Amino acid sequence: MRKNSNELTYLEKIHVWGRIWGLSLFFLIMAFPLAVCIIYGVLPKWGPLFNGILAVLPMYWAVGVIEMLTYVPMLGAGGAYLSFVTGNISNLKLPCALDAMQRANVKASSEEGEIISTISIAVSSIVTTVIIIVGVILIIPLTPVLESPVLNASFAQLLPALFGGLAVVFVSKQWKLSIAPIILMLLLFIFIPALNAGTVGIMVPVGVIFTLIVARVLYKKGKI
Amino acid sequence: MEFNVNSPVLFVIVGLIIAAVLGQSVFFLLKAVKRAKEKGMDKKVIKKTITSAIVFTIAPAIAILVGVISLSVSLGIPLPWLRLSVVGSLTYEAVAAGNALTQLGLGTQTRITSASDYATVAIVMTSGIAIGLFLVPLLTKKIQSGVHKIENKDKHWGEILSNAMFIGMISAFLGYVFCDVTNLSKGDASGLIPVCVFFVSAITMAVCGLIATKKKVTWMNDYALPISLIVGMAAAIPFTNWLG
Repeated sequence: MRKNSNELTYLEKIHVWGRIWGLSLFFLIMAFPLAVCIIYGVLPKWGPLFNGILAVLPMYWAVGVIEMLTYVPMLGAGGAYLSFVTGNISNLKLPCALDAMQRANVKASSEEGEIISTISIAVSSIVTTVIIIVGVILIIPLTPVLESPVLNASFAQLLPALFGGLAVVFVSKQWKLSIAPIILMLLLFIFIPALNAGTVGIMVPVGVIFTLIVARVLYKKGKI
Repeated sequence: MEFNVNSPVLFVIVGLIIAAVLGQSVFFLLKAVKRAKEKGMDKKVIKKTITSAIVFTIAPAIAILVGVISLSVSLGIPLPWLRLSVVGSLTYEAVAAGNALTQLGLGTQTRITSASDYATVAIVMTSGIAIGLFLVPLLTKKIQSGVHKIENKDKHWGEILSNAMFIGMISAFLGYVFCDVTNLSKGDASGLIPVCVFFVSAITMAVCGLIATKKKVTWMNDYALPISLIVGMAAAIPFTNWLG
């Protein structure tokens, strides 16, 4: 009983800290454009602002809500509070946390999983921030190197290189469950031209929901 | 005050915001490490989690830095630095910035010279990411307790549930890897580059796993994902020369 109450306390604390940090940073980040207006004594250009927001908001707010519902259960509480502030979830934070939890042999929903996920995402966020700071300081000598065609060819293939490794780990663990979603996604991406790098984020929840349905059917039939 | 996209005052403001974001990561890291100690978790596991996360993050972080450089042509350094260090991803930020610049009658390669234009672009870029930043602190507890309820009801199903979510996400990205293969029928083989990179990375991961288990090289297991990532990205260079 004592152990359970301790676990609850830690998780409860994570939620309290997450809310305080999250909302404070929300207001701080939103204050940047306001600070620019005050310092330079200007107002935004309302027409272009309205049209620009109209072009971006509906799509990105819808994706934002779907991403939250999809990624929060996978990241754990601490990981979610950190990842949704530091960004780059699907291409960095989530693979990093998944790999760490897999190697530590812990589940995202357990307290150990919560700890491992938080540590890996926090470290990843710190390293990313530090690398960008160093890059910004050294931007003049680094620009020709980082924009060279050779390195660009590598960076353009970051996602295939990342998910090749991850696929082996997770597909080999649950190959029966993996077949149907992989076939569905291959068919959709190959035959629907609108599906590409720009829309893969929208397809993640589709893949997740479809896999959950397949998993439920296989589980009920006792196949997994 | 005269406006400049690279004005020191903008660097100071952005630096302060990024310092606060860094503070959040350090705070959560310290709390999690402390809790791990209280629970008596193996120190080696924690150490390996930290070192592996460092190694794994380097290549993707450099890719993010490339994004800062590409956006800095029109927006200067501070705004892309902020937007890509906090919440942003290049796919989103480039589209949002491009949209706002077009509305202002500017190109993505034209440097902004007016504070008013700059504020307009900054608001458009910031507003798009606002929803996740605002809702996650409010709803994470609810979402997590819903997941815990399902898992507590049926432990075995709970385990399958989280694996199913991971596989669903991976299958979407696997589909994306193949999205341009049909261009082959038009004589364009570049769509095969991500496919080849994907398989090189997958084979590298499998080989690392085999070496780790058969030859008992345990460190190989800890760094298998960064190794497969780097080998896959390196393989992209000859594949791009060949098929690009």
